[in-house]
Amino acid sequence: MAQSSILESTPETPTQFPTWFSEQQQQAWADFQSLPMPSRGDEVWRFGNLKQLDFSEFTEKETSDIHFQIPSLPDGVICLPLEDALQSHSDLVQEHFMKSETRLGSAKFTALHKAKVKSGLFVYVPDGVKVADPIEVSHVLSGAHQTIFPHTLIVTGKNAEVSVIDRFSSANEDDAGLCIAVNDLIAGDGSKLTYCTIQELNTSSRMIQVNVTNVGRDAHATAFITNTGAQWARNESVSMMTGEGAHSDMLSCSIPSGTQQYDQRTYQHHASPHTNSDLLYKNTLYDTSKTVFSGLILVDEGAHYTDAYQTCRNLLMEDTTEANSMPGLEINADQVKCSHGSTSASISDEEIYYLCARGIPPQQARRLIANGFSTEVVERLRNEKLEEIVLQAIERKFALV
Amino acid sequence: MSLVIKDLHASIEETPILKGLNLEIPKGEIHAIMGPNGSGKSTLSKVISGHDDYEVTSGSVTLDGEEILEKDVDERSRDGIFLAFQYPAEVPGVSNANFIRAALQARLPKGEELDAVAYYKNLYSKMDVLEMDRKFTARAVNEGFSGGEKKRNEILQMMMLDPKYCILDETDSGLDIDALKIVAKGVNAMRSPERGFLIITHYQRLLDYIEPDHVHVMSDGQIVKSGDKSLALELEEHGYDFLKEGELTNA
Repeated sequence: MAQSSILESTPETPTQFPTWFSEQQQQAWADFQSLPMPSRGDEVWRFGNLKQLDFSEFTEKETSDIHFQIPSLPDGVICLPLEDALQSHSDLVQEHFMKSETRLGSAKFTALHKAKVKSGLFVYVPDGVKVADPIEVSHVLSGAHQTIFPHTLIVTGKNAEVSVIDRFSSANEDDAGLCIAVNDLIAGDGSKLTYCTIQELNTSSRMIQVNVTNVGRDAHATAFITNTGAQWARNESVSMMTGEGAHSDMLSCSIPSGTQQYDQRTYQHHASPHTNSDLLYKNTLYDTSKTVFSGLILVDEGAHYTDAYQTCRNLLMEDTTEANSMPGLEINADQVKCSHGSTSASISDEEIYYLCARGIPPQQARRLIANGFSTEVVERLRNEKLEEIVLQAIERKFALV
Repeated sequence: MSLVIKDLHASIEETPILKGLNLEIPKGEIHAIMGPNGSGKSTLSKVISGHDDYEVTSGSVTLDGEEILEKDVDERSRDGIFLAFQYPAEVPGVSNANFIRAALQARLPKGEELDAVAYYKNLYSKMDVLEMDRKFTARAVNEGFSGGEKKRNEILQMMMLDPKYCILDETDSGLDIDALKIVAKGVNAMRSPERGFLIITHYQRLLDYIEPDHVHVMSDGQIVKSGDKSLALELEEHGYDFLKEGELTNA
């Protein structure tokens, strides 16, 4: 029997999942059907490629292919496949699962995700507990026109600490896959939560990733996005600094080549005083690739003494590339330090000449500079193990271009 | 064994700068070129290194008998030409240590990896000679360096790459006397029967610390006068006015 499109098949929530979950899936399915498709006039899709949103050919993958590499965990830490957590820790999952509205354009697709999600990762770190090594998760896409809906939900208690890395890859070079991922990061008061994704899908595949980070009082959250694969990837990242003294780092390193397109939208929402956020997105573009960056800093009324920074830097390796940047801010409080900016530049001939004059071949000189450009943002992770994993992914990409 | 420049003509954007320049730098010797602004000194250094803004219209440059003018910039460097820049480029994002390491790696046969431990040991010992702080290894190449720090960094690269022929383009400009002495110390440490130097300078001052074997005067794209180190002193005293008065005695 031919499988029907993900756009038509009603969700079938596994019977062992809790009732609240299956009800939410039914509701989400109704939402998905009623929500409009993004259109040309939508500000949040400006410069976006709406043609990539035709998912009618895609079917839902029956089984998920997720590999977990879990370090030794202190007592009390819950780290489970989402499907297990839904059964064993139903209340805890329900408390945090997809509570925020999708603000940056993909509401229809997060509804689809919610209706279809069956697998993913659930992490809960209780108060005062620190997990030293990163939890590593690998999602593998296989089969032609198959779709996965992985979900990552991380919750840290007071003064807890954890880091998680999600890697998305394809089983082969040819099968066009689709990944619609949602991550919810809930950083409790005084906690430190680091989340990192590496998107290395094959160049026939597409990806939508919606990330929502909620940062509590004096907590420090870091969300890092790496894009080297996929034909088209859309990242929507929201960080909400809800507690006083919350700190959020939003980082990204993308290296598109060929005809790859990356479309990134960000939202730094300062809802409390003395919060700060620092965003740095870096793109290194080759061939005829294209990027879109659109960022907004919103400082709520009363969120005084906010520091918010937003920077997008594009390194154009060829003059056939296209980088679009739309930084923005809206400030409704006093005593606020904000800056936003974007730059696009190519490597100067003088830099190349200088490196060549030391015996470095031109191709390698360009790679050295591009690598250095990327490394700068990777080092902001301030986590040696994660930095190493991301740098390896970047190396794999540079070896191909 | 020498670096031989024969009847070299070169232009930039159709404007001739070098007009039949002849010079031979045998290994083991230090040659200084002095001359007024606009005489083509810096152009000579760029042309030897292979900068593609300059078009060589005729002549030859041979390195130990081998023509280098057809070679690319990086190849000339690996063959043994080193140019210490007057204005070294800043390379954001690339650490000094990784940069010098890549330059050394480029000299190894394919598949061979540079020994990292030995490399850092070597790097640190050279930095000690130049009184450079270790923090310069992690900093981006020349980014935010002072004029003096940039020049020291040039000499550090020269010491690490162990070239056959070194060209120093106005390395003394922008240096205070202490920095000048340190740079000279680096150069003198590299003096060897296996290496030739071409030092381009405006002032005699540098030559107090790096004693040349020969001094040449360059004017309008040619070497117009050559002599021993006393020529530099003479120029310091009387300037380049003699060039206008037509008292040219060709080498």
